[in-house]
Amino acid sequence: MDSAGLGVRRGLAFVAPALVLIGIFLVFPALWTLYIGITNYQLTGPAAANPQVVGLENVLNAVRDPLFTNSVWLTALFVLFSAVIGQNALGFGLAWLLRPANRWLRRTIEGLVLLSWILPGTVVAFLWFAVLSRDTGTLGVLLGSPETSWLVEYPMTSLIIFNVWRGTAFSMLLYTSALAAVPPSQLETARLVGASGWQTVRDVVFPHIRGHVLTNTLLISLWTANDFTPFLLTSGGPNHRSEVLPVLIYRQALEGGELGYASAMSLLLLVGNLVIALVYLRLLRRRA
Amino acid sequence: MSPLWMVRRIGFYVLITMVLAFFAVPMLWLASAPFDSKPGLGLRWPDWTLRNVTATFDHPFTLSSLVNSLILCSVATVVTTVLAALAAYALSRVRMPGRDLLLYLLLLLSSVVTGTAAMVPIFVMMLQLGLINSQFGTALVIAGGMLPAAIFILKDFMDAVPRSYEESARVFGASPRQVLSHVVLPVARPGVATIFVWAFVNAWGNFLLPFLLLRDVGQQPAAVLLRTLYDEGGSANLRVIPVFSLLYSIPVVVLYLFVSKRYGFRFHGGIKS
Repeated sequence: MDSAGLGVRRGLAFVAPALVLIGIFLVFPALWTLYIGITNYQLTGPAAANPQVVGLENVLNAVRDPLFTNSVWLTALFVLFSAVIGQNALGFGLAWLLRPANRWLRRTIEGLVLLSWILPGTVVAFLWFAVLSRDTGTLGVLLGSPETSWLVEYPMTSLIIFNVWRGTAFSMLLYTSALAAVPPSQLETARLVGASGWQTVRDVVFPHIRGHVLTNTLLISLWTANDFTPFLLTSGGPNHRSEVLPVLIYRQALEGGELGYASAMSLLLLVGNLVIALVYLRLLRRRA
Repeated sequence: MSPLWMVRRIGFYVLITMVLAFFAVPMLWLASAPFDSKPGLGLRWPDWTLRNVTATFDHPFTLSSLVNSLILCSVATVVTTVLAALAAYALSRVRMPGRDLLLYLLLLLSSVVTGTAAMVPIFVMMLQLGLINSQFGTALVIAGGMLPAAIFILKDFMDAVPRSYEESARVFGASPRQVLSHVVLPVARPGVATIFVWAFVNAWGNFLLPFLLLRDVGQQPAAVLLRTLYDEGGSANLRVIPVFSLLYSIPVVVLYLFVSKRYGFRFHGGIKS
């Protein structure tokens, strides 16, 4: 086991620095959210110097706050349409369709998809302003309606399409490596008995990659639910129509100064993340 | 060649062309707008000029923000890679008490506690520690966020490296230090390189944490300055934004080309079904 002869003591010394950093900057903030969330802590004013514990008031207020429920609903739509459906389907579709394609075509498409994934978020926001803005925006010019300001008139639809563009690469990579593990002989048999493409995917491919679908859906859902890029595109507007949870939390905390209230909302987001992750680990264990 | 076959072929290429356009069209702006005499938020064949480049270099904060990005990103990346490599190696090779629980918690942490969910306490903590506007502090926060996932990926990688190399080196009398530097490190290099690139790209593009923690424009990295150029003074500084976007994207693109040439952009294990 201990093939380099480190010993437990040195082993612990190797792990300790990483754990200290994770403890300070990840575990402690997560736990501290619990405390700040039950106070009336504010960025400025009397409650900044001397915050009072108000108990579960913040959480109850959040649940009743139309801005919060609106935001939860928008986040759910965002995750469902852009990640669970959009990125999953396009990622799998690309991985599946590009298998027989020639090297050049495959490389080009994969390269573009990957580039959209790794370019910095602030740059990507400008790329999409250039597509969606009014008067000169590419989409308006192509569709012959340059007077449409897409981000103002259809903010949520724009964000969903943007996020499909931004995040499909991960699903594509994951499904490409998953498809490589499907035995070619079974695909060949399906072809010989005359199965259609859809039948092959459903009956031959899917049973092999079910675990990958689960892993992929979990990860992209969590990332999408916690993505801050919508702030760069719409800042939650117009009139809260694209205010997903990360944007709402930011605006409440830093623009509104309501640190306690925003913490209570973060807490609900953390609990949501935790529930999704635990359900996933449960499902994974049952399969194993 | 039956008609059905033809229809399917054509359908395939129509579909592929649409996908290609969907991914390529937004990116064309990055090639045209920087060199257009009247750059705007839209796509058109540029009226070629290099005046925007001069304007960008004349801007007081563009170059310094790229340097800031480099500092922030280097510290975060080096800290993440070194600490994750040490921890992953020990977790892979040494049987220590509570190891499986620790790994389970790391997996949970890396997916559940995100920068967005923890932004309020992180901001308050740094405010009270007086670390707002500290690049080093911000880099450590970014590293802390990346560490669990980095450890997890690297541990998977180390598990796949055969132990027999280390064992034979020890049979020949090598000390643990020699085993690590002469045997383990060279063998683990591709995994460590992967984590290095992954951490660099993540830290380079990170907007939220520097936006939250670095409020002074002299300390801000390119990610934040680009945003400032967009909404300071009520209108976007379109002469500087396109060239600056391009400059800021180059390191990521270069790294991407390097990785895809050297290793191929694929998942090697790591993700389990």
